[in-house]
Amino acid sequence: MDLQALWLTLRLAAVTTAILLLLAIPLAFWIVSTRSRLRPVVEAVTTLPILLPPTVLGFYLLVLLGQRTAFGRGIAHLLGHPLAFSFEGLVVGSAIYSIPFAVQPLTAGFHSVDASLIEQARLLGAGRFRILREILLPLSARSVLAAAALCFTHTIGEFGVVLMVGGDIPGATRTLSIAIYDQVQDFSYAQANHTSLVLLAFSLAALILLYASRPRNGAAHA
Amino acid sequence: MPDVQIRHQQGHFTLDADFSLGSRCTVLFGPSGSGKSTILRILAGLIAPQQGRVTLAGRTLLNTDQRIAVPPGRRSIGYVTQQAGLFPHLTARENVAFGIRHLEREARDRRVLEMLRLFGAESLTHRRTPQLSGGERQRVALARAVAPAPDLLLLDEPLAALDDASSQDILSRLLALPTRVLYVSHDLAEIWRIPADVVFLEHGRVTATGPLQHVLASHRERLLHQLAI
Repeated sequence: MDLQALWLTLRLAAVTTAILLLLAIPLAFWIVSTRSRLRPVVEAVTTLPILLPPTVLGFYLLVLLGQRTAFGRGIAHLLGHPLAFSFEGLVVGSAIYSIPFAVQPLTAGFHSVDASLIEQARLLGAGRFRILREILLPLSARSVLAAAALCFTHTIGEFGVVLMVGGDIPGATRTLSIAIYDQVQDFSYAQANHTSLVLLAFSLAALILLYASRPRNGAAHA
Repeated sequence: MPDVQIRHQQGHFTLDADFSLGSRCTVLFGPSGSGKSTILRILAGLIAPQQGRVTLAGRTLLNTDQRIAVPPGRRSIGYVTQQAGLFPHLTARENVAFGIRHLEREARDRRVLEMLRLFGAESLTHRRTPQLSGGERQRVALARAVAPAPDLLLLDEPLAALDDASSQDILSRLLALPTRVLYVSHDLAEIWRIPADVVFLEHGRVTATGPLQHVLASHRERLLHQLAI
């Protein structure tokens, strides 16, 4: 077992999940509450990574974050090193790749809150931030948990984007999924099996946690 | 000039209503689909009409010609519907306290208790919405709407789903309030119990206003038809 890759993967998943929740909560709130004509465009852009091949997304990110673009050079100047082939670059790539898994459950959760409750909160003087904090988030707690669990497991299992943006640098960008690829390339099937089982266990545990948080069928209709 | 002037088109339905609010309670009466709830939602600021003017206690809340539309939270209007609309994750006390967050904690707690007492709901303080019966929810919803001391209380058939004893008890507590009330109902038996001027609405138009007896006399046939429905 490549413990360095395991630690890096967990760190990447945790940081990506935290960043995505911070971004996706206000974004989902904007999507459910705006009348802007830009809403379908924003929804399409945030859903795009589901349909886009990871290598395509990874390629464009690699170009964007590299030295060939002004953006990439600007970021490199700010950080003191290029984003591509670094942990920070992996976080950016992972966050973009997993954004639909954060925005979709949150949007569905916010939509499911009874509109009359939002109206009552408005009539009682609550502003947008208070409505989000005190009404929508508590009433969509399961959706927040679902978004976190999906982002975490999706990031843990990433391969294409991670490989394109981060390469395969031990201790810096080599995640568990890349370690499995390396182990298979070296015909170390037993090792690859152990590493794969760890990923499988993480994904299964996250899904069990997710479904355990839902009310049972009987309870939902009680 | 009437306090409320509204012109609003919603699909095939046209609302064209002018009326004034009484000093205490006014009943907005009419059959289902006559536009009563839409008027309440416009007054609350939840719907923007194509054209309209609303003044309350000398304050302009809406004037489409002058592009004035005070947001719902600044209208000083309480709004209670048949569904109560209590926040399900909060206790009765937290629900009532929601609209008076600006008060100091002690004053807020005092006001919450006072309001719950006013509607006979002081024993429900720590109960969450799912643990409340329909009548209890209405009592807490009314306490919540009255707690910020609104200039106007909009009540959209708030007692429709309650038994006679509960509805009579809540109604008497409501009528004792110093707040101006606009009470919507389509139930002639219910408005009979309310000593207030009536605004009779049919197909989006005000067809009679005044004391109930006066409206009854001028619209006897139509009201009897409503009663039969």
